[in-house]
Amino acid sequence: MSELNTSISLTQTYPAKFNALQKTGLTLTGIGILTIFLAWAGAGTTQPLLCLLITIIGLFSGGILYTYGTYGHLPKGIKNNRNFISSISSGGTLAWISAVAITGFYVVLYWRDHWKTVFGTDIFSGLVHMFDPLSQLLRKSDADQWFVYGSFYTIAVLIMGTKFIYKYRHNNYQILRTCSVMFFQLGFAWLIPGIMKALYNFEPFYSYFWPLDYDAIFPGTLSYMLDRPGNLGVFFIFWGIVMSFIATPLLTYFFGKRWYCSWVCGCGGLAETAGDPFRHLSDKSISAWKIERWMIHSVLALIILTTILILVSDVIGEHLKLSINQYVYYAVLIGLAYLVYRGIAKSGSQMRLRPTMIVLGCITGFLILYALIPNLKTGDQVVSFSTAGLAKWYSFSIGMVFSGVIGVGFYPIMGSRVWCRFGCPMAAYMGVIQRFKSRFRITTNGAQCISCGNCSTYCEMGIDVRAYAQRGQNIVRASCVGCGVCSAVCPRGVLKLETGPDNAARTEVLFTSEDLKILV
Amino acid sequence: MHHVIIGNGITGITAARTLRKLSDDTITVISGETDYFFSRTALMYIYMGHMRFEDTQPYPPEFWKKNRINLLKKWVKQVHVDSKLIEFDNGDTLEYDTLLIATGAQSNKFGWPGQDLKGVQGLYSYQDLLELEANTRNGINRGVIVGGGLIGIEMAEMLHARKYPVTLLVRETNYWNNVLPEQESDMISHHIRHHGFDLRLNETLTEILGDAQGRVRGVITGSGEEIACQVVGLTAGVAPNIAFLKGGSINVDRGVVINQHMRTNIESVFAAGDCAQFQHALPDRRPIEQVWYTGKLQGECAAKNMLGMPTLYNPGYWFNSAKFLDIEYQTYGTVLNKLRDGESEFYWEHPDREKAVHIVYRTEDRLFIGINVFGLRMRHDIFNTWLQQGKSVDYVLTHLRAAHFDPEFYRHFEDAVIQSWNAQHPNHMITLADAKSAKKMIFKNA
Repeated sequence: MSELNTSISLTQTYPAKFNALQKTGLTLTGIGILTIFLAWAGAGTTQPLLCLLITIIGLFSGGILYTYGTYGHLPKGIKNNRNFISSISSGGTLAWISAVAITGFYVVLYWRDHWKTVFGTDIFSGLVHMFDPLSQLLRKSDADQWFVYGSFYTIAVLIMGTKFIYKYRHNNYQILRTCSVMFFQLGFAWLIPGIMKALYNFEPFYSYFWPLDYDAIFPGTLSYMLDRPGNLGVFFIFWGIVMSFIATPLLTYFFGKRWYCSWVCGCGGLAETAGDPFRHLSDKSISAWKIERWMIHSVLALIILTTILILVSDVIGEHLKLSINQYVYYAVLIGLAYLVYRGIAKSGSQMRLRPTMIVLGCITGFLILYALIPNLKTGDQVVSFSTAGLAKWYSFSIGMVFSGVIGVGFYPIMGSRVWCRFGCPMAAYMGVIQRFKSRFRITTNGAQCISCGNCSTYCEMGIDVRAYAQRGQNIVRASCVGCGVCSAVCPRGVLKLETGPDNAARTEVLFTSEDLKILV
Repeated sequence: MHHVIIGNGITGITAARTLRKLSDDTITVISGETDYFFSRTALMYIYMGHMRFEDTQPYPPEFWKKNRINLLKKWVKQVHVDSKLIEFDNGDTLEYDTLLIATGAQSNKFGWPGQDLKGVQGLYSYQDLLELEANTRNGINRGVIVGGGLIGIEMAEMLHARKYPVTLLVRETNYWNNVLPEQESDMISHHIRHHGFDLRLNETLTEILGDAQGRVRGVITGSGEEIACQVVGLTAGVAPNIAFLKGGSINVDRGVVINQHMRTNIESVFAAGDCAQFQHALPDRRPIEQVWYTGKLQGECAAKNMLGMPTLYNPGYWFNSAKFLDIEYQTYGTVLNKLRDGESEFYWEHPDREKAVHIVYRTEDRLFIGINVFGLRMRHDIFNTWLQQGKSVDYVLTHLRAAHFDPEFYRHFEDAVIQSWNAQHPNHMITLADAKSAKKMIFKNA
């Protein structure tokens, strides 16, 4: 075993040898980032416009120059050199520092009001004020931390999207798909909500639907929408319901879940652009696949249950409540944990301890603890659940911690699609359709596979694409988001995303060595 | 029954998997190279940083235990066929009932002066990859690749990925034109130069120069030029890796000599893959076939014969693929580097010199014989069916759209191909069938 691993240490971190354009690009990016810190430190309050301009110009020009310096002098084609050598893209020092920094930034941002009370001052004011000029221009109001977050998010999608397009400039599928996610992020997740805020003081996101937009059909949201001026709120509700329950199943049937996950969704958009340098870090083991199926379908079940309960309790006019003895509750919890363990461990292969499992285990543990603490009342030894508590728990644990903090912050360690793969209820919902009733598949080209492993390695969803391709089987998997990168990186032209008849041939092994023989 | 397989490459492993699928017998796979099966064709991607070594292993470590395939990491010294015994280099022995030799190949060395200097190497095995890492550990100023084949271009690309200048010495007048027709060969030569490689055609290696420490410091070419370099890649083909059988009673020539049942001159000993040589080659095929797919087919065929299920090696129509830097190559049927008597050809190349289609057919009855595709992807099953059904070149061209396998939204080139054909063949004008009929043909199982 020791000899097996020597290749990794033998693959020495030879110097990157940056050219002048790359160095200029990195310098400008550095100036942009430095300006963010200066603004944060106070310059953003006194000189918001100047700080904003330097930041935006620095980041965009730096990003574009670096991209051009990196790929411009090379003929078009697959550019994956050094992915497992560079510190940032191979889970090295830089990766860990960025993971902690991005996660921390989100945590700090989310609890802005909390830090105000802790420090006695708004430590965010400089950074938020830097965005006032932009916010005034777009939304006719001052910036808040969510506008700051949304703007950084959009900037990241645009810059890294441009880089991605240039990297894949030989591939029309990648170009169109990336233009699409950039368009939806900029237009549907940034401009339109901003303009609506200026005009109607209301920020609708038309590209998120239940169950991803988990409270879209909660009674509170519905009544808020009905109070909006004109028919805007009514339209928003109508749009959301049509998209969730009619358009989503239909589009998924015809095109697979990629119509949303890798063409429209903002989470997917960031994963496909800013997350691209990390896509190969996803865990491909069978145990990761087992955890994935448990987790993502649990989240889907949970949000369906929560939504139904909260709608029922609204109809009957009071919160549903369940109280049980805390020891009974603990016993049930331990029993459940054991069943989950058995379920995962059962199907034969050894459960080896992997980073994915440790991290996901910690997350699950944290979320369960969080759910318990506010419900534990001292003295009466009773654990009680209410629909309101359930919704609040989902909102915090899944909507904020999982999709927000972990979903983005863990890119450099666990790959770009942690949330999409392990948590997103929308992905789970469309995945069920894609697996059982859809025209979408990845077609394997006869017997041309050479088992090299590029497809599996570059699958951000952790699908072992090669396992299917090398036996001539088409790939039909619930989790496939249809990014098309497996097809792009295949050196032998073996994989093609396509839609065809939804019949048995979609999944059968169609091309075995028997088929190669002349029929005599 | 105890089936023993020497070699854990694609051939040996396909045989082991087939044996397991069809029987409950004991199976042992021996390899001194690595613990587990890995994809040899992916070695380059490890060096370039696209993948880690473990990513090139198609099956997880637990697979072997689950399928009761014993793995033995040892080097074989000798095979004693009389006592059905394998002797290892550490003196251990292992008994077998049937034996499959699937030991692959090794890089050719043609007796060049200096060929055993440090820094001179081929690229075939995992150990070769480790050696290349060691040889470039402190950086190099130039690498020289000797030989113009598929491994040569891979090795050149590997060094280039680390920004080391590369010179290729190619004996032929154009890249790989001992296999590719002149047109494609010229296009690939152009592509290699476009990537910034120093490609020397019509050039041979005379001598490899060493320094006082026994490391390579340069080469002298056939035209007398001295090129300074720190790594020399010997990629002038590979030869069967069968040194351990020399002098034994198993019949060897260039490779282990086998019949169409993959059997050697010894009843219970079989051979397959890169190391095997057919006593009588099949029509249109070479006696030693050294590609991934034939390794797979031979491994499967050998396994069936080992189980006493007499199976003739009948690989069907030839197909293969490769990638030259950024240009993918696929071939179906038989397209040789030179037309044979009674054959006609049609060649189309895109003005960007990165896409080409080369079709060969029988002049007399217009029977479609084979196609080379460059920079485009085409469907294996469609071409295999057309070859089986003996379709004409006119039929193939009419339905070319059904063979298209490029990703969605890629530009189609069927129209350009047909236009070019019609301009050259006014008496055999083709009208391309529409997209709807192509879809029908692709999803015929609907």
